[in-house]
Amino acid sequence: MMTRPAAEAGEPAGPPRNRLSGLPDDRWSVREAIFWTIPPLCYFAFPGYLMLGSQILIAGLFALSLDLIMGYAGIVSLGQAAFFGTGAYTAGWLASHGWPDPLSGLLAGSAAAAVVGLPIGFLVVRGRDLGRLIVTLGVGMLFFEAANKAASVTGGVDGLSGMEAGRLFGLFDFDLFGRTAYLYSLGVLFPLFLGCRRLVRSPFGLSLRGIRENATRMAALGAPVRRRLIGIFVIAAALAGAAGALLAQTTRFVGPDSLGFSRSAEVLIMLVLGGAGRLYGALVGAALFLLAQDVLAGFDPLYWQFWLGLMLVGVVLHARGGVMGGCELLAERLGRHR
Amino acid sequence: MLGSFLGVLFDGVAYGSLLFLISVGLSVTMGLMNFVNLAHGAFAMIGGYLCVLLMSRLDMPFLATLPVVFLAVALIGAALERTLYRRLHRAGHLDQVLFSIGLTLMAVAAATYVWGPGQQPVRLPGFLRGQMHVAGVDLGIYRLFLIGLVVAATLALQFLMTKTRFGARIRASVDNQAAAAGLGIPVDQVFVLTFALGAGLAGLGGAVGIDVLGLDPTFPIKYMVYFLLVVAVGGAGSIKGSLLAALLLGIFDVAGKYYVPEAGAFIIYGLMLVLLLFFPDGLSGKKA
Repeated sequence: MMTRPAAEAGEPAGPPRNRLSGLPDDRWSVREAIFWTIPPLCYFAFPGYLMLGSQILIAGLFALSLDLIMGYAGIVSLGQAAFFGTGAYTAGWLASHGWPDPLSGLLAGSAAAAVVGLPIGFLVVRGRDLGRLIVTLGVGMLFFEAANKAASVTGGVDGLSGMEAGRLFGLFDFDLFGRTAYLYSLGVLFPLFLGCRRLVRSPFGLSLRGIRENATRMAALGAPVRRRLIGIFVIAAALAGAAGALLAQTTRFVGPDSLGFSRSAEVLIMLVLGGAGRLYGALVGAALFLLAQDVLAGFDPLYWQFWLGLMLVGVVLHARGGVMGGCELLAERLGRHR
Repeated sequence: MLGSFLGVLFDGVAYGSLLFLISVGLSVTMGLMNFVNLAHGAFAMIGGYLCVLLMSRLDMPFLATLPVVFLAVALIGAALERTLYRRLHRAGHLDQVLFSIGLTLMAVAAATYVWGPGQQPVRLPGFLRGQMHVAGVDLGIYRLFLIGLVVAATLALQFLMTKTRFGARIRASVDNQAAAAGLGIPVDQVFVLTFALGAGLAGLGGAVGIDVLGLDPTFPIKYMVYFLLVVAVGGAGSIKGSLLAALLLGIFDVAGKYYVPEAGAFIIYGLMLVLLLFFPDGLSGKKA
């Protein structure tokens, strides 16, 4: 079982009284409030980078979905892109077949991913660690194959194009600079993040952590382990689907790479880089990852893959908990010195 | 009809034996060290590239490269085990997965940098090319060679595991590591040697598999699912289970591609789902 990394990564480093009671605190800290002022500030500060900004917000949402099942429930998924792509293709297909309204498209994408996630969730929860790895990996590859083969629906290798973008609320056009795209992505991410934040602090979320630490004991305590895991798997699938739909709508393109293994691997790297099991780690990791990719885009993409691998190895060997874990450690040390 | 069926069966067995040769090391290390090594396919890839390199640069004959490849990849495996892998023996599966994905990505990038993204050709010696006509069925000579090689390797492995002291030590360590260490078995050494052996076999499989599986830098990712599947279906640590699983996968994959080409890779994934649904602990029933 995956107990060790999770045990290190799991606890949010709050004030000591949280430690003692072991119960989460639902109040907002100042740090969190400051964190959430950054995205609106960026809107005004970097008007030339709003497309990149919305990509970061979308990737953050995607990483958030993985954090729920990996960081909290302890299921490693190598195929989370399957749900991302399902959402993207659903929203994209609707938009290119005369249903341009973004919000309903987003809901449809998310719902489609959840519907697909349910049977897969059954299968994933059934297996052990290795079985879960293979099922998620295999499902990801299967979806990729399916998108490639069903060219009449998905456009095959060329992807779906010719999407109409309707106005948001019937009012706001998606402009060239990505202003609407950015605010739209942020407007979707923030409430969903609040939902996740509430979820992981709820009894349901706590039971997930318990399952991650020791599934046998949780079952003995009377927690319906399988049902809980399937539940969180479906929720995560829906979130990933929403992220995919957002990407399709803001870029007006869906290609089979939205389902590929590299996307599943990327989101895993984002999460690990930021720090799993903290929610904020997903957002920070996505931002760091995409910014680094943007800066290093002058490089050969192959070097980029090499550095990615090196980063993963480095984080695992020397910096468990990622950036957020490091920050917490630092804050703890500073607090002790004071 | 029957002829083509036998031909498919034969190709499937050849393909499956190749899968077995590559995956058996993964199975044993996973059973022995409980280490999820997704980078195992990278060893096979290294073996393949090494074989091509030896043949083109040093003009070595194909068969002569194989022992060199085996030893070289085993050495690389041992070095990696000593320097990197051993630090994660006691870590959780999540860390091992992330770590080995990182290694895989690095290997893929490095291979592309050195050899380019294209497929590598292999020049098989004349006596391994062509077909043999046996009882109305065309049998590829190279595939016969593959099957023969894997039978020999399996017999050697079986002998090693059941009749030698080293094999007894491996089996003891797989069954109960703590008790084995307590009885004075140098578990650490067993780890390195086993890892090296598995890596070497994978390298060998990669070298002889160029003609069947192809060889390009995405090899470790493309076949990752297959190798993992062999281990999961066969049951980690079980040689017999891996062999059975590999043959099953090979036959179904080849038959699927032959009879329903439009279904592509769906057959193998469908089979995967069915097998994992009914045998969540693998065919041999051992915990993965």
